Amino acid sequence: MRKISTFSKGGVHPADRKDLTCTKEIVRLPIPEIITVPFSQHLGVPAIPNVKKGDAVERGQKIGDAAGFISADIHSPVAGKVLEIKELFLPNGMKAKAAVIEVDQERSALTGKIENDWTQMDPQEMVAKVKDLGIVGMGGATFPANVKFTVPKGKKAEYVVINGVECEPYLTSDHRLMLEKGDKILQGSMMIAKMVDAKKIIIGIEKNKPDAMDNLERLIEQNSYPIEIQPLKLKYPQGDEKQLLKATIGKEIQSGTLPIDIGAVVSNVGSTFAVYEAITNDKPLIERVVTVSGGAIKNPGNFLVTIGTPIQTIIDACDGFSETPDKMIAGGPMMGFGFYDLQTPVMKGTSGVLALTKKESIKGEQSACISCGRCVQACPMGLQPTKLYKNIKKANYDTAMAMNLLDCKECGCCAFICPAKLPLVQSMRLGKRMSRKKK
Amino acid sequence: MILNIIYAFLTVSVLGTLFGFGLAFASKKLAIKKDERVLAVEDALPSANCGACGFAGCAAYADAIVNAAADITLCAPGGATTQVAIAEIMGLEATGGDSVKMVARVHCFGNDETSKKDFSYDGILDCNAAAILFQGDKSCKYGCLALGSCITVCPVDAITKGEDGRINVDKEVCIGCEKCVTVCPTGVMKMIPYDADYFIACNSNDKGAAVKRACTVGCIGCKICERKFPEAGYTVKNFLSEIDYTIEPEGRDKAAEACPTSCIRIAD
Ligand code: SF4
Ligand code: SF4
Ligand code: SF4
Ligand code: SF4
Repeated sequence: MRKISTFSKGGVHPADRKDLTCTKEIVRLPIPEIITVPFSQHLGVPAIPNVKKGDAVERGQKIGDAAGFISADIHSPVAGKVLEIKELFLPNGMKAKAAVIEVDQERSALTGKIENDWTQMDPQEMVAKVKDLGIVGMGGATFPANVKFTVPKGKKAEYVVINGVECEPYLTSDHRLMLEKGDKILQGSMMIAKMVDAKKIIIGIEKNKPDAMDNLERLIEQNSYPIEIQPLKLKYPQGDEKQLLKATIGKEIQSGTLPIDIGAVVSNVGSTFAVYEAITNDKPLIERVVTVSGGAIKNPGNFLVTIGTPIQTIIDACDGFSETPDKMIAGGPMMGFGFYDLQTPVMKGTSGVLALTKKESIKGEQSACISCGRCVQACPMGLQPTKLYKNIKKANYDTAMAMNLLDCKECGCCAFICPAKLPLVQSMRLGKRMSRKKK
Repeated sequence: MILNIIYAFLTVSVLGTLFGFGLAFASKKLAIKKDERVLAVEDALPSANCGACGFAGCAAYADAIVNAAADITLCAPGGATTQVAIAEIMGLEATGGDSVKMVARVHCFGNDETSKKDFSYDGILDCNAAAILFQGDKSCKYGCLALGSCITVCPVDAITKGEDGRINVDKEVCIGCEKCVTVCPTGVMKMIPYDADYFIACNSNDKGAAVKRACTVGCIGCKICERKFPEAGYTVKNFLSEIDYTIEPEGRDKAAEACPTSCIRIAD
């Protein structure tokens, strides 16, 4: 095993609270009677619906077509009938179209399995499968995977870095996948290496998951896979591409460039598992593992959930709330989105659903900036959150843009560390939006 | 002959120098003249420095009119009077434009008592920041979020928030610069004539049932105003009534009384 490492600039240490779910095995949830499948579950342009009210659909049928280069196909996770195409709010606060589908349970059941031998497939064929089956990054950013796996002309991939960091507090779905589906994840990472023609595969894992590390290490040894494990010190946001690459391969992505510019392709554990299933079993991205946790959940756990399942259904599977939650979050507490409607569906990027109690949802009174500079120290992107905040508050959006506002990835380190409890991340979002609006 | 040539040469060069002086002189004089016109135009502008014209302030706009032939009809606060004055200075024809003075007005009467909220918002007190999350905390996505971004941008402090939580524009103070209209994320701040008698205090394009679910004072698109008072200038489009201010209305007040949700309100 390699020597333990981490990234250098910024970062914070939130309490990880993973003990609530890290020992809970992944449980498959039954498909509900009605599901709602949004046509925008990825970064980029929403897919265009190709079904209408009354249409019958099959499990895995393409119901939305990718609209442009950065976009992804949407597949029906079930067989059934389209009740309507409606508009709804997604957890990220944006409005999107969605297909409401009445499920035909019998026809939706899993049938005989296809087993393709990926070692016999050529890389283009594999990338095409990843695209056709709607695979996107499942760590939160939901970037279309086929775009990532297509190395642009003139560039070369040297490393495939598998992101097993899962640095967001509470979330353990990737942890569980590494324990329960270890071999498939390792094979998935070799498939990615084949697609991008990379020689080295490194899996970065924080040291709060020793069992996952041991499991993968054992499998690698048994099968003599050409894969290395990189143990990492605990530090948020190590799961971000920039920090992960610094920690694993020691190289830094410059502002406005991509991992491939330093010869790396990054894929998180969940997506790597989805790649495996897409390539060997022809399975589209129609279900995912979701951690349901937080102090207000009676029995937290990890669930394999059909995309489109209302969040209410998985809360019910945890025996409901133990007390009225103060905040509901889709994703992790640092970068996730607050939402209020429990009918909101699970999507490709929903890594977790958290119901936090008042005590957990670290609020406290907001006061004026005391110029302590802690946000500057914590910002992994080397920004000056306090100055950005002050300029955005005064509507000096151009000044904020000149201070590299667009480099901010809304990781939340600044807001987490700020003793004055200033809404720093929200102001970054506001600043970006207003500068876009002005153009 | 040689002499002649020398003479000619001399003459030309002397004349050249003279012309040179002349040119320098002329351009200097012209420059002064230009400055005077910029100052005059600046004087004619209302000095609100509101930026409604799209320039950095009245001085910048005056400079652009004189030196970059900018459109002279852009000053909203100045209106027709200012246009005529500028036209005179610039020796242009005043196109007149519309001489109706316009003022801003929040087309929503909802507050915490009348309108439902989906969640409690806890973030930056700015309408645009609030609108990032689910287009605001109100169930109605067309209404006023009442966090007062318009108050912040108004150059003449015409906008205030009342104790009832509603946002009001003082039409006597408003100079019609439309800055509030631009900043408002929901489009609920709209311009109406200064002389308007009534206005529709709702901005919702939702169907009647949805409006009723979200708010007790919204326009439900029932068309009573349009059908029963055909001479009053009401038209219902997208489940929202609209007033035609260009006609001589008859029965506009009667319609206001008949409106089941009282969303036709006096524009005082
Ligand atoms: S949210 Fe943005 S400004 Fe704040 S620490 Fe993260 S990158 Fe820096
Ligand atoms: S951490 Fe908060 S209080 Fe300290 S400088 Fe940054 S914004 Fe100001
Ligand atoms: S009118 Fe618009 S900008 Fe003004 S408070 Fe209402 S929503 Fe905000
Ligand atoms: S109320 Fe609106 S239009 Fe009137 S002066 Fe203020 S910002 Fe300008």
